Amino acid sequence: MAPFFGGSIYVWGSIITIFMLALSIGYLLGGRWSIRSPNNLKYGSLFLGSALLLLPMIFFGEAIMEWIFEHFSDPRYGSLLGASGLFFLPTVVMGMIAPYSVRLLVINAESSGQTAGFLYFVSTIGSALGTIMTSFYLVLWFEINTILWFIFATYLCCGLSAIARHYLAGNRLILEGNHA
Amino acid sequence: MHKPVLFCVSVLLVTVSLLAYADAKTVHTEKSLYRNISVVKEGDLTCLVFETRKENPPYQTCKDENDPKRFVFSYTKLILTGLLYNANPEKILVIGLGGGTLPMALSEMLPNAEITSVEIDPAVIKLAKQYFEYQESPRIKTVERDGRLFIKRAALKKESFDWIILDAFNGDYIPEHLMTQEFLQEVKSVLSETGIITANTFSQSKLYAYESATYHSVYGDFYNVKRKNTGNRIVLAPAQQPLIKLSKLELNATRWESTFEQYGVDVDWLLDHIQTKKDWDQTSDLLTDQYAPANLLKFDKE
Repeated sequence: MAPFFGGSIYVWGSIITIFMLALSIGYLLGGRWSIRSPNNLKYGSLFLGSALLLLPMIFFGEAIMEWIFEHFSDPRYGSLLGASGLFFLPTVVMGMIAPYSVRLLVINAESSGQTAGFLYFVSTIGSALGTIMTSFYLVLWFEINTILWFIFATYLCCGLSAIARHYLAGNRLILEGNHA
Repeated sequence: MHKPVLFCVSVLLVTVSLLAYADAKTVHTEKSLYRNISVVKEGDLTCLVFETRKENPPYQTCKDENDPKRFVFSYTKLILTGLLYNANPEKILVIGLGGGTLPMALSEMLPNAEITSVEIDPAVIKLAKQYFEYQESPRIKTVERDGRLFIKRAALKKESFDWIILDAFNGDYIPEHLMTQEFLQEVKSVLSETGIITANTFSQSKLYAYESATYHSVYGDFYNVKRKNTGNRIVLAPAQQPLIKLSKLELNATRWESTFEQYGVDVDWLLDHIQTKKDWDQTSDLLTDQYAPANLLKFDKE
């Protein structure tokens, strides 16, 4: 973002807004999608989807930003659009993962709060670790695109292992899910 | 000088400066979007201070009430080497306004020049006008914008400048996107054929090598204007090589001698600090938009 829209306060505002907006939509969609026959295959495909949606950012990020820069001269709306173009879609799909995980992990109503709480714990502490690692160390060790490839690979592995689980032992989970 | 004497002198200097700091009175504090800014009076000096920390916060601009023209900081004096290189710039761009004393002084020295200053923080512009006699006019303009954004738009509009002064680093936080190879190329693209850049940047820590190598990759050989044992230096680079000879700069110096004197700047002192030696690790990696951890590198002493 900075090469095109600088480090002004509205650039930060745009990035945070788009992440929050995308996550909220993702939570809503993920929750809805989890109602009918949830399984590890669909769960894994969310991870794969997130990974694939990172690719445009890696390959066309520069071109997308250039186009927005040339067509929108107001730096506020330019940076809002830029943040949307880069982060919106992958973040929506990443947001869908959390409620879907709740659906797969909840066994009964009594422990549902505990399960949801644990998932909040994992996802928020993951965000905290990711943020501090990236801003303190990773940017010193790697180029931005290398870091993005690493995230891509992580999502890919998670997705593939969920799908593998579906084919190896997945049926058990579906049954449990239906009982709950 | 003997070592004990040197030690005593430095202890004395530190004490004096601490006393002076204790004597400082804050006359105005302004909360901005980016930081707290205050205007401090210290003896005859009025200074603009970015309050990024409690102890010895970095001073941005100072004005001497008894001699308002005098350049108080050495680094601002060193920026004037730009005029020794290119004596007649018509369009000047200043990135990072501070108190605005540099654009005002340049407008006096060069009565026909058009000077545009780009400043990200509206509060800085306000205080420059209120306390440092910064005044806009048809040929002294201010744009409230991120420097990189301004340069990119200027390139789209095919504008060009004869002298670009990059002074956007306050010492505590470095805007990393104003240090990369891509940015320096963008700057080069808005320089006229005889245009030059003078950038006030860092001379210590690991950042020095990274930054020098990055400038060299874009501009080729440049003059390094620096004093010993200070945290900053000026990179003086022309848009087009080859670098003109030092003897030519000396020739231009005679022309500016009496004018500079009014601002407390000695041309010989300026010439003494111009260096061509490549005293950095030339195998250093470059800073790019993909890799620019300038703030982290600055704390890596080496």
